[in-house]
Amino acid sequence: MSLTVARIEPSIAGVGDYIELMKPRVMSLVVFTALVGLVLAPVHMHPVLAFTALLCIAVGAGAAGALNMWYDADIDARMARTAARPIPAGRLARGEALAFGLTLAGFAVVVLGLLVSVFAALLLAVTIGFYVGIYTVWLKRLTPQNIVIGGAAGALPPVIGWAAATGGLAVEPLVLFLIIFLWTPPHFWALSLYRAEDYARAGVPMLPVVAGAAETRRQILRYTLILTPVGVAPWLLGYAGALYGIAAVLAGGAMIALAIRVRGEARGHTASKQMFGFSILYLFLLFAMLLIDRMAGGLLLWGHVATGA
Amino acid sequence: MSERNIEAKPQEGIRLTEQQQRARRARSIAIAIALGVLVVLFYIVTLVKGPGVLERPL
Repeated sequence: MSLTVARIEPSIAGVGDYIELMKPRVMSLVVFTALVGLVLAPVHMHPVLAFTALLCIAVGAGAAGALNMWYDADIDARMARTAARPIPAGRLARGEALAFGLTLAGFAVVVLGLLVSVFAALLLAVTIGFYVGIYTVWLKRLTPQNIVIGGAAGALPPVIGWAAATGGLAVEPLVLFLIIFLWTPPHFWALSLYRAEDYARAGVPMLPVVAGAAETRRQILRYTLILTPVGVAPWLLGYAGALYGIAAVLAGGAMIALAIRVRGEARGHTASKQMFGFSILYLFLLFAMLLIDRMAGGLLLWGHVATGA
Repeated sequence: MSERNIEAKPQEGIRLTEQQQRARRARSIAIAIALGVLVVLFYIVTLVKGPGVLERPL
């Protein structure tokens, strides 16, 4: 029996490569939605603890991104959109990404549990585990429903933010979860419509690859029609003001209009690209309005207290 | 063993290129900063929560 030992070259990975592994743009959206969950919670949280919770959630998201790039390096190398990532570009070894991801995940969960809330830490661990184990390893290469089910991982940060503040769960963060969960399919399917060749080459069974563009366009419209009323729910349930309600209705109307355009687009991908771009703005707008609404409410309350009204 | 023999002995093991050395130094500094941030964070949180950090309901 002969044993072949591969020679491992010393790493040339720079700090920037490790930051890229953490998917900073995804991290920023995760931190933002977690912040909204944290701010909406009806308890006062010390700013240092709030910062610690957000830092741990950010690092946890970064860990999930690194572990995703570790496992998906073969797929990433075959897709134009991801071929320049650190592993397929040859700047970083897969083992380095695995070690980095596991270390960050461990630190994020343990620190969140020790300093803020054990329940929030458990939720963070579940989120990382779900994104890596269920989405990346299991579903992504198996079924066109990959991003539908996998979307749960991206939808959990506001729930973790709420749990960090309160130590428990409530209807409010679950509605935020539902908004992101229902937003994920039309968002990613709009992208996959004009990246279908890339996904096909990589062997990823995205909906346009498996079921065709027409079915994908139909599904985008269906999910958008379910998403938009849920987007208005925080106002209807009474924990967001009229300003949020109006913004959610108007932005939801724009989402439906774009989804109808995507549905009717016979050639080209102009509407799909617009839908993808606007969907990011839509989610950002909803959560920003929730934040503004809560802060405006806080200022109003403070004004009443200050004037003795 | 004389000093001369030591000098004549060829260097063994992996020799890092300049690029590898630069990258390693940058990574080492980043790890040091991250550990420093963690120490400061634990210190400040201890001040905020008091010494009984672990004494709280689940």
